[in-house]
Amino acid sequence: MATDAKKAATSTGKVKTFFKSPARITLVVAGIFFIISLVESLTGATDISSPGTSGATLRFAIPLLMAGLGGLWAERAGVINIGLEGMMIVGTWTAAWFGYLHGPLVGFVAAAIFGLASGFFHAVLTVKIGIDQAVSGLAINLIAAGGARYLSGIFFPPVGGDRTVSPPVDSFPTFTIPVIAPFLESIDAKNIFFISNLAGVFHGLTKDVSLVTMALLLLVPLTSWILWRSKFGLRMRFSGENPMAAESLGINVYRIRYIAISVSGMLASLGGAYLSLVASSVYREGQTAGRGFIGLATVIFGNWRPGGVFAGSILFGFTDALRVRQSESVMSLIMVAGIIATVLALYYSVSRQWKPGAISAVLALVAFWIHQRVDVIPQEFVTVFPNFATLIVLTFLAQRLTPPAMAGMPYRRGSE
Amino acid sequence: MRKNRVFWGAIAPLAAILSSLLLVSLILILRGVNPLEIFKVMISYGFSPRNLVSELNQTVAYYLAGVAAAIGFKMLLFNIGIDGQYRMGAFFGAVVGAAVNLPPVLHVLLIVVVAMIAGGLWAAIAGYLKVRRGVSEVISNIMLNFIAAAIIAFLLGEELLGILPEGSQNVQTRPIPVSGQMPTFKMFNGEVYSFLFVAIFVGIAYWVMLNKTVFGFNLRATGLSFRAARSSGVNAPGMIFVTTVLSGAIAGLVGIGTLLSDTHSYSMAFPSGYAFTGLALALLGRNHPVGIFFAAFLWSFLERAAPVLEYEGVPPEIVIVMQGTIVLAIVIAYEVVARINLRQQQRAVGKVNAELVIDKESK
Repeated sequence: MATDAKKAATSTGKVKTFFKSPARITLVVAGIFFIISLVESLTGATDISSPGTSGATLRFAIPLLMAGLGGLWAERAGVINIGLEGMMIVGTWTAAWFGYLHGPLVGFVAAAIFGLASGFFHAVLTVKIGIDQAVSGLAINLIAAGGARYLSGIFFPPVGGDRTVSPPVDSFPTFTIPVIAPFLESIDAKNIFFISNLAGVFHGLTKDVSLVTMALLLLVPLTSWILWRSKFGLRMRFSGENPMAAESLGINVYRIRYIAISVSGMLASLGGAYLSLVASSVYREGQTAGRGFIGLATVIFGNWRPGGVFAGSILFGFTDALRVRQSESVMSLIMVAGIIATVLALYYSVSRQWKPGAISAVLALVAFWIHQRVDVIPQEFVTVFPNFATLIVLTFLAQRLTPPAMAGMPYRRGSE
Repeated sequence: MRKNRVFWGAIAPLAAILSSLLLVSLILILRGVNPLEIFKVMISYGFSPRNLVSELNQTVAYYLAGVAAAIGFKMLLFNIGIDGQYRMGAFFGAVVGAAVNLPPVLHVLLIVVVAMIAGGLWAAIAGYLKVRRGVSEVISNIMLNFIAAAIIAFLLGEELLGILPEGSQNVQTRPIPVSGQMPTFKMFNGEVYSFLFVAIFVGIAYWVMLNKTVFGFNLRATGLSFRAARSSGVNAPGMIFVTTVLSGAIAGLVGIGTLLSDTHSYSMAFPSGYAFTGLALALLGRNHPVGIFFAAFLWSFLERAAPVLEYEGVPPEIVIVMQGTIVLAIVIAYEVVARINLRQQQRAVGKVNAELVIDKESK
C-alpha cells in the first residue's frame, strides 16, 4: 500500500516535471503531429491537417475556450458556475440584437456588459445570499433560455426575423496575414512529408482569421498572468483554496468572488457573442447547444489551468470540426490514438510500470480493432466525445487533478 | 400545533410563488398588457376539463422526477442526472417491452422493472464515481446526461432498434403489444393514465421508507452528518451509493406512464429537461411527498396554460422565466429563514449565558 502510494507519487512527479518544460511540451506535440502525418500518408486521408480543418477547429474552439475560461475564473475563486450555458445564451442574444441595431462592435460590447451583469447576478445569489451554487446556475440556465425565447418572440418578428431566428447581423471582417499565409500555402502544396502537413495547419490558422479571434485568444495568456503573476490572482486562488484563511489575512473574499464571477459571466457571454457574430451572422435558438457544459468540462480536462483549458478547447473544437467535415478523418484519428497508446505502452513497459502499460496496450488494441472493423463512427458519439473524455479523465485521473480545494463549497464570512 | 407546522412549512413556497408572480406581472406590464387579465385567462384555460386531464398525466411524470430528486436531496445529493436516467429507463423499457410476449399484468410489471433497473444502473455510474473516486455527482451527471442521449440516439438508428413508421418523421422503437399496455381511466371526460396510481404508490413508499424503516433512518442520518453516521456504525459510503441508485431507479419510471398508456413506443419526441424540473419540484415541495405533488401539478398547469398567452400577444416562454424565478425565490426564502433561525438560536443561547454570568456575579 505504502510503496504503491510512493510509486504513484514519483510517477506523478515525473509527469509533472516532464510537462513543465515548454521544450518538452513542444516535443510531445511535434511527436503527436508526426504520427498524424504518418497516418495521413499511410491512409491517404488528408483532412486532419488540411487548412480547412485547422481553421474550423479554431472557430469551434473559441466559444468553448471562452466558456472554459469563464468556468476557470469562477472556480479559481471558489464558486462553481453551472450557469455558463445560460450566460452564453445571454451573449448570443444581446450580441445579435445590439449587433443588428448598431453594428457588430456594439453587439460585442453589449454582450460583454450583459454577460457581466449575469455573472454578477450569480455572484449575488451564491456569495451574498449564499444559496446552493448548482441551483443558482441551473436556474440561470433556465431563465436565460426562457428569457431569450420570450424576447425573441417580441423583438425579432417585427424587424424581419423569426420567433427563433434574429435578422442577419453584419459580420466582422476577416483578413489573411500577408506573405506568411501564401508562403505556407505554397509549402502545403508541395506535399513534403510532415513539413507540408504542418504548413497546412498553420495556413488554416493564418487565412481568413477574424481580429476578434485573435483578441479572444490573447485572453489565455492574460488569464494566466493574472492568476499566477498578479496580486489579485493570488488572492483569487487563495479565496478558492481556503477562504477562511484568506479572510483572516484581511482579504475581502466576497469582493474577490464578486469580481471573479462577474468576469466569468462576461467571458462566457463573449463566447456566445462569438457564436452569433463571428461563427455565424445570426442568432438562432439553441445555438449554444450545450457548449457551456463542454466549457465546464474543459476546466476539468485542463486541470484548472488556463493552458489546460486552451488545450482542452482545441481538442474538443477539433472533434467538433471533424464532426461537421468528414467522418473518415475520425477513423484516421482513431488510428492516431492507437499509435499513441502503443507508444505509451512501450514507454511504460520499458520503465516497468505494468498496470498503466497494460491499460495502454488494451486501449491500443481497441483502437486498432475499431479501425479495422467499424466503417463509420456514428456522429452521435463524436458529438459527445468531450463529455465522454471528461468522464474518463475524472474516473482514471481524479487523484492527479488539483481542483481549487473549496470550489463549490458554501462559504459565509465569519463561519467555520 | 400540527396545523401550525403545515402553515409554516407552506409559507416559504407560497411566498416564492407570489414573488415570482409579482416579477412576471412587472414583465407583463412592461409589455403593455394587464397581468390580472392574463392570469384570469390562464386559469380559466388551464382548469378547463380537457386541459386538466393532460395536466394530471404530465403531473405523473413530474411527480416521479420530483420524488427521485427528493431521495437524492435527503442524502445531500444533487441528482442532475435524472434526465439521462429517465431516458435510459423509458428507452430500455420500450425495447424490452416490445421484444417479449407475456400475460398482461406480468408484461407491464416486466417493463416497469426493466425501466427501474436501467435508470438505476445508469445512476450507479455516478454513484460509483462519487463514492470511490470522489467525483462530484453534479459534473459526472451532466456528462452522463449527454452521453445517455447520444447512446439512445445511436441505438434508435434504423438498422438497430428503431423503426420509421409510415407517414411519420420520428424514428421510434417497435410498439409494445397490447398485453404490455396500461389502461387509462375516465376522469373529466378524458383519459387519465392509470400509472397515476403507481406514482401515488411511489410517493407513499418514499414516505414510509424514509420515516418508518431503519434504512430510511440511516439515509437521513448520513445526509445530516456523514461523519456522525459513519462513527455510529452506518456504512455511509454504501448508503450514498444505494441512495443514488434508488433515485435513478425512480427516475427511470418518469417516462413510463406516457410509454404504457399513450405512445407505446419510445421516440426522440420524448421531452427532455426533467432533471431540473425534478430538482425544482423537490425544492418547492420541501422533499415531502404531498408537497411535491402540489408542486408537480403547478408546473404542469403552468406549461399547459401557457399556449393561451399567444392569443394575448405574449410569448408563452414567459412561463419558463416564471418557473426559474420560483426556484430562485424558494431557495432564497429557505436560506433567509435558516439564517433568521440561526440568529434567534444564537441570541437565545447568548441570553442564557449572560444570565448565568450575572447570577454568578451577584452571588
